[in-house]
Amino acid sequence: MQRTSAWTPDYFHKVVDCQFACPAHTPVPEYIRLIADGRYSDAYMVNWKSNVFPGILGRTCDRPCEPACRRGRVEEEPVAICRLKRVAADNKDDITARLPAPADKSNGKRVAMIGAGPASLTVARDLAPLGYEITLFDGDAKAGGMIRSQIPRFRLPESVIDEEVGYITGLGMTLRLGERIDSLKALLAEGYDAIFIGSGAPRGRDLDLPGREEARANIHIGIDWLSSVSFGHIEKIGRRVIVLGGGNTAMDCCRTSRRLGGEDVKVIVRSGFEEMKASAWEKEDAIHEDIPILNFRVPTAFTHEAGKLTGVWFEVVRAEIDAKGRRKLVPSGEPDEHYDCDDVLVAVGQENAFPWMERGIGMEFDEWDMPKVDTITMQSTIPNVFFGGDAAFGPKNIIWAVAHGHDAAVSIDKFCQGQDVTERPPPDFSLVSQKMGIHEWSYDNDIANDRRYRVPQREKAVVLKDVKMEVELGFDPATGYKEAERCLNCDVQTVFADNLCIECDACEDICPVDCITFTVETDETDLRTRLKAPALNLDQDLYVSGALGTGRVMVKDEDVCLHCGLCAERCPTGAWDMQRFTLEMTHAGAACQSR
Amino acid sequence: MTYILKPQLHHPNLPTNARGFTRRDYEGSVSTLCAGCGHDSISSAIIQAAFELNLPPHRIAKLSGIGCSSKTPDYFMGASHGFNTVHGRMPSVLTGANLANKDLIYLGVSGDGDSASIGLGQFAHAVRRGVNMLYIVENNGVYGLTKGQFSATSDKGSKSKKGVVNHDAGIDLVGLALQLGATYVGRSFSGDKAQLVPLIKAGLAHKGAAFIDVISPCVQFNNHVGSTKSFDYVREHNEAVNRLDLIPAHASIKVDYAPGETVMVTQHDGSVLSLHKLAELYDPSDRAAALGFLQSRQAQGEIVTGLLYVDPEAGDLHDALDTVATPLNALDGAALVPGAKALDAINASLR
Ligand SMILES: Cc1cc2nc3c(=O)[nH]c(=O)nc-3n(C[C@H](O)[C@H](O)[C@H](O)COP(=O)(O)OP(=O)(O)OC[C@H]3O[C@@H](n4cnc5c(N)ncnc54)[C@H](O)[C@@H]3O)c2cc1C
Ligand SMILES: Cc1ncc(C[n+]2csc(CCOP(=O)(O)OP(=O)(O)O)c2C)c(N)n1
Ligand code: SF4
Ligand code: SF4
Ligand code: SF4
Ligand SMILES: [Mg+2]
Repeated sequence: MQRTSAWTPDYFHKVVDCQFACPAHTPVPEYIRLIADGRYSDAYMVNWKSNVFPGILGRTCDRPCEPACRRGRVEEEPVAICRLKRVAADNKDDITARLPAPADKSNGKRVAMIGAGPASLTVARDLAPLGYEITLFDGDAKAGGMIRSQIPRFRLPESVIDEEVGYITGLGMTLRLGERIDSLKALLAEGYDAIFIGSGAPRGRDLDLPGREEARANIHIGIDWLSSVSFGHIEKIGRRVIVLGGGNTAMDCCRTSRRLGGEDVKVIVRSGFEEMKASAWEKEDAIHEDIPILNFRVPTAFTHEAGKLTGVWFEVVRAEIDAKGRRKLVPSGEPDEHYDCDDVLVAVGQENAFPWMERGIGMEFDEWDMPKVDTITMQSTIPNVFFGGDAAFGPKNIIWAVAHGHDAAVSIDKFCQGQDVTERPPPDFSLVSQKMGIHEWSYDNDIANDRRYRVPQREKAVVLKDVKMEVELGFDPATGYKEAERCLNCDVQTVFADNLCIECDACEDICPVDCITFTVETDETDLRTRLKAPALNLDQDLYVSGALGTGRVMVKDEDVCLHCGLCAERCPTGAWDMQRFTLEMTHAGAACQSR
Repeated sequence: MTYILKPQLHHPNLPTNARGFTRRDYEGSVSTLCAGCGHDSISSAIIQAAFELNLPPHRIAKLSGIGCSSKTPDYFMGASHGFNTVHGRMPSVLTGANLANKDLIYLGVSGDGDSASIGLGQFAHAVRRGVNMLYIVENNGVYGLTKGQFSATSDKGSKSKKGVVNHDAGIDLVGLALQLGATYVGRSFSGDKAQLVPLIKAGLAHKGAAFIDVISPCVQFNNHVGSTKSFDYVREHNEAVNRLDLIPAHASIKVDYAPGETVMVTQHDGSVLSLHKLAELYDPSDRAAALGFLQSRQAQGEIVTGLLYVDPEAGDLHDALDTVATPLNALDGAALVPGAKALDAINASLR
């Protein structure tokens, strides 16, 4: 097996599971340590730099980091990374003085952005301080995109949106809100140096079933209905509501219905409960609000009487694995079921729509009629037009919109400075020893045994009365501290120096999770089976040393290392050291320019 | 020394033994010895052996004297009985405990100072009486705890860290144990768990006085060039005569080696020692030959390791004293005070 080329940022970055999984590569353990230290403003700024919306994401993020968290592999549940972000946001001081100052003078480049959602706002934040003249267009009256129009207030108070959107718009840019772009061609003709399209995926899918037309007054497209609720145009719904669909939109629809007069609210979904697209915690919250979720039911028709919806027919199905190993839904043979209701909310998916984008202006489209966009540079086939967020590759989430925004900002910056956008400078990194004494480290290496803490919620009876009342209360600082202590500090890396090891076995003996083995070297597949604990998680790398004195090598399986530092504490020669890994993502500005 | 407790979290696939314990359940508190000390590796080998043998922790008694080595029982099998005696007096306390309750498994842990210097006499008598125990000496050639003075096992000519040459002859505890009649004698190295763990397992399963001399480098005071107990020196001069596997009683016996190269020895409890020969002609059932072999190799500077002698038919102190089947501490009042009539009968028989 090849010796680990440990000195590349990629190897160590991958060890920090959460940061690696975060599309924006937020330095999670770093901000969690700051929270444990009570340095909330510092923790907030670490987040703000990476993910732009800590207070918003601390309540709403899809949290790809949590399933990746190493803690979830050594005990039952991962660290509550997302809700710790909120602790920083809730408890910080006034940070306005720490925000970048608006540029004192223009750099002469003009950039237009279509849509003022998280993708565009990220681009704007990265470019405004560099002197770019930015114009943000949005058809809505306020900036924020779906963060403002879709996410219900009981999950995300408007004050948090105003605050964090305000930090960006305060950097100096022209806001043209309430102004919908209806021709890309016309916008191109206005001579902007670059255009960023962050217009989202605004079209909710409909269900074309018998009765749809006749009962239209009581059948609503989920995302349209949610935005009408957000903007105060809708304040009531019928007593009996059926929500069709199994994604997060369906969960927001049913929970919102419960607050607008829906007493008997059901979610009815085609797939099995487990396969639903909604996150586990969203389902849990819906069930907690007395909303049953009925699975394996495919809607077949809407029933109506005198132009009024009366209910929905469903075919009952079951899942079957076909010859090719794919899951298919097949009729179960049980009789069809009819459910009575007063209103139906259709939340069966979201699509892109670019009716304002002309053909024949240089924009190429793919087989699904989506603009061709480079996945790294976010550039379209019109060189000065860039995409990001849901508009780029279909509906995702806020943190992906942010990650796209950073990448697009780098491209726009390079493009406007006449550089090759495909040349992407790698992130910068450093490794710094955390040793303070023989058994003292600058991080808390003592592993807490606590199980994951639950975020306290307001009483159900109270929150169901007010669609704007936030349900979650957030961790108080004391609980936040305890939850923060569950973090394993995976960014504090175990770094091995072959030439110092005397093969005393002390590290192999002490390691609480059997990560370390001294053995003869073979190929990786074989080596994985011969370790003190076989390395079965192929997603996790092996750290392999060069040949030691006896001819053996040191092999460390990164999989469940607790980063407890005991190997380094028990090593007589300092062959192991605990070193903090910092990754500096390349954002727009000096760092991304070719040198 | 480490201040934090060893985390409770363990590898998700950590196996359990027949008693439902993981290896980590046989651990003790975190070691306070110097980082890299050979003694910690021996503790780790004892933990592994106890786990593999499915030992019930509450049926084990760990006894030790004074020294870094004698501190180690605190660092393994935290759920077992323990007794720290005064310096060099572990063998007599162990003997007493064994006499009182022969049903426990006795593990004596000592150092070369504790056993070969101050405790030499105690060591000799416990061995020659055939106390049923496993006696492990964690041999580093120095008094580690008192900052590195030569001990009685330090080889003549060996150099201290400061460069002083040892002018006294070293005591070879293996040779001594053989002469004193130990019925299971081995030597190993803290840095070779593949050899050490089976030796400990078989020693624990052995009935009679089992003794293992484990060379265990003191990283702090005796791991320099010129020392004959350093990691490098032991690795260079280690001559293993055999590889041992302990096959538990009733398990099916499978051996990978060619016939003739492997000797099978069945012990009292039905367990089988499968000995794979590394040195041709070495016969671990011949006490006198073992002594001769050891001395000739020692003269050439080699450190002979492996299972050096075993008598699978050995008896122990209780056999010799013909004690009753019930452990003495479990005898009730009626058995211990049989009454005046019984006394009269005894007296009469002696008249
Ligand atoms: C009900 C619901 C709940 C959700 N909950 C979450 C959640 O909890 N967590 C999460 O991470 N994600 C969630 N999402 C997804 C998330 O909101 C989006 O992925 C994200 O907002 C996409 O950001 P964006 O910048 O690409 O576009 P958007 O946020 O969609 O913003 C696009 C903006 O562009 C404007 N626009 C569009 N076309 C034009 C035009 N022609 N001219 C001018 N303006 C235009 C729109 O008005 C809109 O304001 C949810 C989505 C929905 C529908
Ligand atoms: C009666 C008595 N004499 C002397 C001492 C001082 N003393 C403590 S440990 C020790 C030597 C221990 O050497 P060894 O058994 O080899 O243990 P090591 O520390 O090397 O493992 C001595 C002499 C003592 N504690 N008690
Ligand atoms: S830091 Fe070292 S001792 Fe701790 S779990 Fe990781 S490899 Fe094992
Ligand atoms: S503790 Fe240090 S010297 Fe000993 S084996 Fe481990 S890395 Fe090598
Ligand atoms: S002094 Fe020597 S024997 Fe004692 S703990 Fe330190 S290394 Fe081990
Ligand atoms: Mg000693």
